[in-house]
Amino acid sequence: MADLVSHPDEVRVVSRRFGQGATAIERYLELDGYKAVQKALGMGPDAIVNEIKNSALRGRGGAGFSTGMKWSFVPKQSAKPKYVLCNGDESEPGTCKDRLIFEQDPHSVIEGVVIAGLAVGAASGYIYIRGEYRYLSVIMQKALRDAYAKGFLGKNIFGSGRDFDVYWHGGAGAYEVGEESALMESLEGKRGIPRIRPPFPAVVGLWGGPTVINNAETLANVPHIILGGADWYAKLGPTKNGGTRLFCLSGNIAKPGVYELPMGYNLKKMIYEVGGGIPNGRSLKAVVPGGASCPCLTAAEVDVNMDFDSVAKAGSMLGSGGVVVIDDAQCIVKFALRTMKFYRHESCGWCIPCREGTDWLEKTLIRFHSGGGMMKDIDNMQYLAENMLGRTFCPLGDAAAMPTIGFVKKFRKEFEDHLEGRPCRHEKEGAGEPLPVMAH
Amino acid sequence: MLGNYPTERSALVPTLLYAQDEIGYLSDEVILEIAGRLKLTELEVRNVISYYSMLTTKPRGKFNLQVCTNISCMVRGGEEILHHCAKKLGVGHKETTPDGLFTLEEVECIGACSWAPAAQVNYDFHENLTPEKMDAVLDEYRKKATQ
Repeated sequence: MADLVSHPDEVRVVSRRFGQGATAIERYLELDGYKAVQKALGMGPDAIVNEIKNSALRGRGGAGFSTGMKWSFVPKQSAKPKYVLCNGDESEPGTCKDRLIFEQDPHSVIEGVVIAGLAVGAASGYIYIRGEYRYLSVIMQKALRDAYAKGFLGKNIFGSGRDFDVYWHGGAGAYEVGEESALMESLEGKRGIPRIRPPFPAVVGLWGGPTVINNAETLANVPHIILGGADWYAKLGPTKNGGTRLFCLSGNIAKPGVYELPMGYNLKKMIYEVGGGIPNGRSLKAVVPGGASCPCLTAAEVDVNMDFDSVAKAGSMLGSGGVVVIDDAQCIVKFALRTMKFYRHESCGWCIPCREGTDWLEKTLIRFHSGGGMMKDIDNMQYLAENMLGRTFCPLGDAAAMPTIGFVKKFRKEFEDHLEGRPCRHEKEGAGEPLPVMAH
Repeated sequence: MLGNYPTERSALVPTLLYAQDEIGYLSDEVILEIAGRLKLTELEVRNVISYYSMLTTKPRGKFNLQVCTNISCMVRGGEEILHHCAKKLGVGHKETTPDGLFTLEEVECIGACSWAPAAQVNYDFHENLTPEKMDAVLDEYRKKATQ
């Protein structure tokens, strides 16, 4: 079990049942469990969609798209069955929040899936959990069995006359599969290669049928919104950025952990007051605000409110909630290299700009970090990364390119310090040579 | 499980993992068997296996030690933990100790960022690691192997 933390500034919506044994269905019921879905059964699809729209809930996976609007794209009539797909393939570096939801409050995700299904006219849902979260798949499978046993899932749920099935599905290790169309491909038993859009999943999704795909945290919020009301939820955050979110504080920070804070909470406050600042007498150098895909913010840029629109204005993204703090003992070039190594490894290989671009960028950064770089490499990296943007089937190409552009632009001096064979100033004892790679 | 999906093919990845759990890796025989049961060609199955990093067609040690060195773990000493394990066990990436106990792998983010540096052994999490703690974890598994 993961360690839980707390801070007085937290507003507990999604995490309100954490640490209270809510994986046990009896306990979940005591804590207002399965009340929201029963309310939703009496609401009618349009009413549910409007409630979620008005709550200003936006996707918590990374893209931040309006959840209510996404649901409204599902056509009323459909020849093929409709589906709800919960994206539990949490793999964005810096992100460890869906893990806690699955560990501490799995039934809230099940409930969210059913309510989403009622909103769009689906009768089945899938909860896809990444393969490495084995113990969480065990917990979810038990939660599903318990819900079926009580008649909350299956035929005639809650005596409503409606049927609803929810199934668990496990992954087997692939970051790209967290992208919604690759997720569908994976669930269909194939390699996780993304699909070209349009058509969008809401119209043509799983097995050709309209499919609503939402992140686990997004779905876990849904029952709370149904019970507490759209107005209440929307007012927790700034305009068009309703609610709270789970922020995963990690990196060079005194008190790492997952904290639930209102949308719009100030990042500087988050680092110094919630996170306890930078330990070991070091100072802040940079922050990755929402997982590895987001351009970094320098220490001078952290006075920004953490909601989708404010962070976008600041040139980055709220993303997945993975706040990775970097101190002045870290080498930005090495950080950029490790980030690119990740994207090169995880690129599915379908699109040339991503497959070749990530590989070239990683090789250049390896050479650069070890002192073999040339001045023109710095501009070339930025130029190549910019040419990857918007030219791929899925955002992984953008996710690799944007942080690179950010590092090179904002920390150019540090890149220049690696030129002319100068050894990296930040090289630590014990890090040494990379391990020999036998096969991938 | 097949009844959970409208197409049998959807059961492929979970089935491969179940088989791998049983035997330790995906042997040629198992691949043919699964292909037959799901009415897929051997090529289609191998095609899928090669995509997913948890699936392997090579035998591994009893304990699969996977150390994360991605960004949150890296800045908190993840690489040092990896190199410590490599030295202690005398193996490199995806290599198995001669006694067949441990296979070491450097992996991407496992979702333990706020409890970094972290590793998994047969997908059980070991977090807030130090080299000393890592040694204790390895000893625990060595003991387990003799029971």
